[in-house]
Amino acid sequence: MPDSSALFDQLPPAPGVGYKPQHFTAIIEDASPVEWLEIHAENYVGAGGRPLAQLRALAERFPISVHGVGLSIGGEGRLDPDHLARLAHLCDWLNPASFSEHLAWSTHDGHFLNDLLPLPYTNATLTRVADHIDELQRAIGRPMLLENPSSYLAFAESTWSETDFLDEVARRTGCGLLLDVNNVFVSATNLGLDARAYIDAFALERVGEIHLGGHDSDADDHGAPLLIDSHGRKVADPVWALLDHTLARSGPKPILIEWDANIPDWPVLAAEAARAGAALDVLAKVPA
Amino acid sequence: MSVDQSGFHDALLDAERPVPKGLTDGHGRPAGKRFDIYRNNVAVSLTEALELSFPCVRRLIGEENFKRVAGVFLRRHPPRTPMLMQYGADFPTFLEGFEPLSHLGYLPDVARLEQALRLSYHAADAAPADAEQLARIPPEALADTRMELAPAVRLVRSNWPVHAIWAFNMEDGPKPQPDAQDVLITRPALDPLMTVTGAGTAEFVAALINGETLGTAHQRTTGAAADFDLAPALSLLLGGSAISKIQPAGDISCNA
Repeated sequence: MPDSSALFDQLPPAPGVGYKPQHFTAIIEDASPVEWLEIHAENYVGAGGRPLAQLRALAERFPISVHGVGLSIGGEGRLDPDHLARLAHLCDWLNPASFSEHLAWSTHDGHFLNDLLPLPYTNATLTRVADHIDELQRAIGRPMLLENPSSYLAFAESTWSETDFLDEVARRTGCGLLLDVNNVFVSATNLGLDARAYIDAFALERVGEIHLGGHDSDADDHGAPLLIDSHGRKVADPVWALLDHTLARSGPKPILIEWDANIPDWPVLAAEAARAGAALDVLAKVPA
Repeated sequence: MSVDQSGFHDALLDAERPVPKGLTDGHGRPAGKRFDIYRNNVAVSLTEALELSFPCVRRLIGEENFKRVAGVFLRRHPPRTPMLMQYGADFPTFLEGFEPLSHLGYLPDVARLEQALRLSYHAADAAPADAEQLARIPPEALADTRMELAPAVRLVRSNWPVHAIWAFNMEDGPKPQPDAQDVLITRPALDPLMTVTGAGTAEFVAALINGETLGTAHQRTTGAAADFDLAPALSLLLGGSAISKIQPAGDISCNA
């Protein structure tokens, strides 16, 4: 049996998708143009059974990215030691090509709220987030990628821009960054920022992975547009344009399509991945 | 003005509370309904987790009622771990004490069955014990033999026709008859399999789960169900890959 740890030590600069069990057979038969898969860590920390059996089979064929959605890196409390141990165990046996988590909190006072909740960008938050990332990276024995959030509101107390905050966390901890281009578009629309200026200010040299996903549209109390990061539809055209803007500056990166609600049949998801692949192909043809 | 996570957490779970001060729309105006996106994400995502885990309870009380019940449950019992596959362990007991549904006496046991199916699905893999090993044990040593059951094995004992109710709603099974049912869950491959057993077999499996020897388990069972027959009970377990270890008496590797 091939040693997957040696074959897949990093994500390729190619399209990947968030893995859903209903796509297992289609992926095993013909995954093209998808070259790698991402799983949510919390769905694969059970003791055994079908989820782990499928993951073992996929890991023999594809580089796997483990994406945590529940560690609460921005939480005021300490990281859950049991959950850290579960993540360490998963990384240990799977030896994934990448591990990522969010700039967010989700647990307070022992309650896990199952959402990526926002943080004020202050010096106190910076210290806490950096300490938690240090602790996580020690536990899993590898550097992680930290993802920029989708924002629906801002904190009056913030003293850092999000891009500077992320860069500083990365500088202090040695972690990389995961740039969710849809999140940038959503946050910029919701908070009245310039999405392209955000990309231009982002530490693109630290980016190990790009995320794309679909969003829904609503309006706030004043009738201003309010976009919601729902992962339940195709990636919007302005987000594809923002991806092109990003790639032109960052060069080729692994690009993931996230589709977590109203999950479509495989061909629809594969077509989104193909569009990400086309954006990378265009890049390859442009003289540097 | 700083917003701490305590206040944020409390306002998320209680829509009656005001939106914490210090949250804005990015232009200095109060965040207002923007905060409701987070409230909604928490309630909807946890309700969806419960819907996934308790589809038969949902079918029995209807989608709208389930959302209301889930809304009460998730605020009283928020998850204690990010492993949502474990969320809802308290749901059957919660349903027992939930007055508006007290006329559906079987509902808590249906929830217990669904919870057991889920735990079985995620339980650790275990290689089944070799049936031949049982045949090689001398008859006089059988009584002192212990059996370790696979982690995926679950037993749900009910005063209601709990499996029939499940099958009627989830698999077009026949109309349930008013009999008590005990359900053994095994996982011969990757999918949990339910078998309705006689009271004797359920008693026997319960004794094995408690770590009793075959002799004690058999004795206890025949005391409770005189017509209990050991051989079919053992083949049911062996056929379901439910026995992971057979430990004859005197085997020092056995953890008594």
